[in-house]
Amino acid sequence: MSVLIDKFDVFAGGFWLTLQICVLAAIGALILGAVVAVLRISPVPPLRAVGTAYVNIFRNMPLTVVMFFAAFGLPALGSNADFLRIPGLDVVFRRLSTDLPYFRFALIALVLYTAAFVCEALRSGVNAVPAGQAEAARSLGLTFGQNLRYVVLPQSWKASVVPLGSVIIAMIKNSALVGFFGVVGDLSQTADQLTSAEGYAFIPVAIGISIGYLIMTVPLGALLDRIEKRQAVAR
Amino acid sequence: MSQQNSVLYDVPGPRQRRITLISSLVATVVVLVGAYFLIYRPLSDKGQFSMELWGPLVDPGNENFSQVWDRIGLGLKNTLIAAALAIVSSLVVGTLIAVLRIQLKSLARRRYTGLATPVAYLLRGLNVLLSAVTRVCVEVFRGLPVVITIFFVARGFPEFGISWDNLWYLVIGLTIYNSVVIAEIIRSGMEGLPGGQAEAAAAIGLSPLQTTRMILLPQAFRIMLPALISQLVVVLKDTSLGFIISYEETLNIGKQIIGVLGNPIQVYVVIAVLFIAVNYSLSKLAQYVQHRLSRGRKTAGTPAQNPPPVALTSQAEGAGGGVI
Repeated sequence: MSVLIDKFDVFAGGFWLTLQICVLAAIGALILGAVVAVLRISPVPPLRAVGTAYVNIFRNMPLTVVMFFAAFGLPALGSNADFLRIPGLDVVFRRLSTDLPYFRFALIALVLYTAAFVCEALRSGVNAVPAGQAEAARSLGLTFGQNLRYVVLPQSWKASVVPLGSVIIAMIKNSALVGFFGVVGDLSQTADQLTSAEGYAFIPVAIGISIGYLIMTVPLGALLDRIEKRQAVAR
Repeated sequence: MSQQNSVLYDVPGPRQRRITLISSLVATVVVLVGAYFLIYRPLSDKGQFSMELWGPLVDPGNENFSQVWDRIGLGLKNTLIAAALAIVSSLVVGTLIAVLRIQLKSLARRRYTGLATPVAYLLRGLNVLLSAVTRVCVEVFRGLPVVITIFFVARGFPEFGISWDNLWYLVIGLTIYNSVVIAEIIRSGMEGLPGGQAEAAAAIGLSPLQTTRMILLPQAFRIMLPALISQLVVVLKDTSLGFIISYEETLNIGKQIIGVLGNPIQVYVVIAVLFIAVNYSLSKLAQYVQHRLSRGRKTAGTPAQNPPPVALTSQAEGAGGGVI
């Protein structure tokens, strides 16, 4: 058990890096997912087709494959993902501006993959708004944009919160994969490093790593349960 | 899709149709030009479309073609074996966990009045302990990433002197995660049933176990079938994690091919297409089943039952992640 105390800074560092990835990927995925969701419900058929294709492709592909694409495809496109070296942001998230691009590649893969699910969560929220609401708004003469902004989205938001939360929880769990794609120092790579390279006993390391992930996922899940129950009562 | 759109905006008039047509054309041009300059040009500049790289995968005349596809076929077979074993075992284990949790919940109300006081308290204490243990197990294994579970199984089992084939590590890792997810799906299905079902079963003298087995479980399976099929998609995607414990599934084979031929993008495109084809048809099947079920309910004269929200979220989660 002493490894938990001796190497506490390693565990804490891994936790911090995983948390960074999760926060950045969540922000990116929410933005991109909202854009794709707008594409999917827009009145312009080609844009709708692009949105649908995006969701179908990324939802049915393993994240592993998306990661490989990011790792091999982006260099082939001539990009080192340098656009993610956002000034200001890389003060807090220092990994964004390291010379090795794997952190940025993993981040892009995670964002691309999660955005498809975010889009579906948002869309299911829009679908949950009773049709009469949008019809009433239209009969008042609201345009498509006004209809979404004043009538549909405020209501769909409520129905989207719980699915969005589960998407984010799933994303936190998915982020464990980045440790196997060359991102040094996150929780999963820490597990590998401590057990195989430094030869620590397996069980304590496993417990430490598990606690690291459970700290992030379990409270979020409990929070979602509460929101869901409150919504069920409110209905 | 179409009905939802028609709700959000009117049936277009002539002017609106013109605007839609024009913006469609503009959007198409923008998308195509963007794809050409941002994706096609850089790739073709680097010769990624050359027959040298694609040949082994698409040209039957290529010397490597049959060998490459033999390997991919082997990878597919291994992927499907792992997925099938994992889904069957997680269904079995998941159902058992769900039944156990439902049983414990119904036993929690029992006071064991016929027995001596210490025995009764012992039984009740045991009951509380067991439900706490199952609850904690479910929460812990649902909260851990499946990669980590697989990794722990592959690393941990040899520590205890159990060394099996990599296939079994993968299957066990997937089973641990997916069985608790499936248990939650089935349990929420059983708890979402109208209370009258269980009451009627109790009224005609069925024991709690019989009630669960003969009344609740079949209906829960029926309602939750779409969610269960979506979980199958998740398992299939998750088998690709076998590469971290060097199980020879499709991705791992792909890596070996890349090692020899040096065409990563091409190989991954082929693998992605294979995965998307299988998973897309499975998702369509889930949609179709859901459609059939809701229709069947209506014609049978009973009120249509939608899966409770828990099921939908676990579907989203599963699809996301347990996803991976």
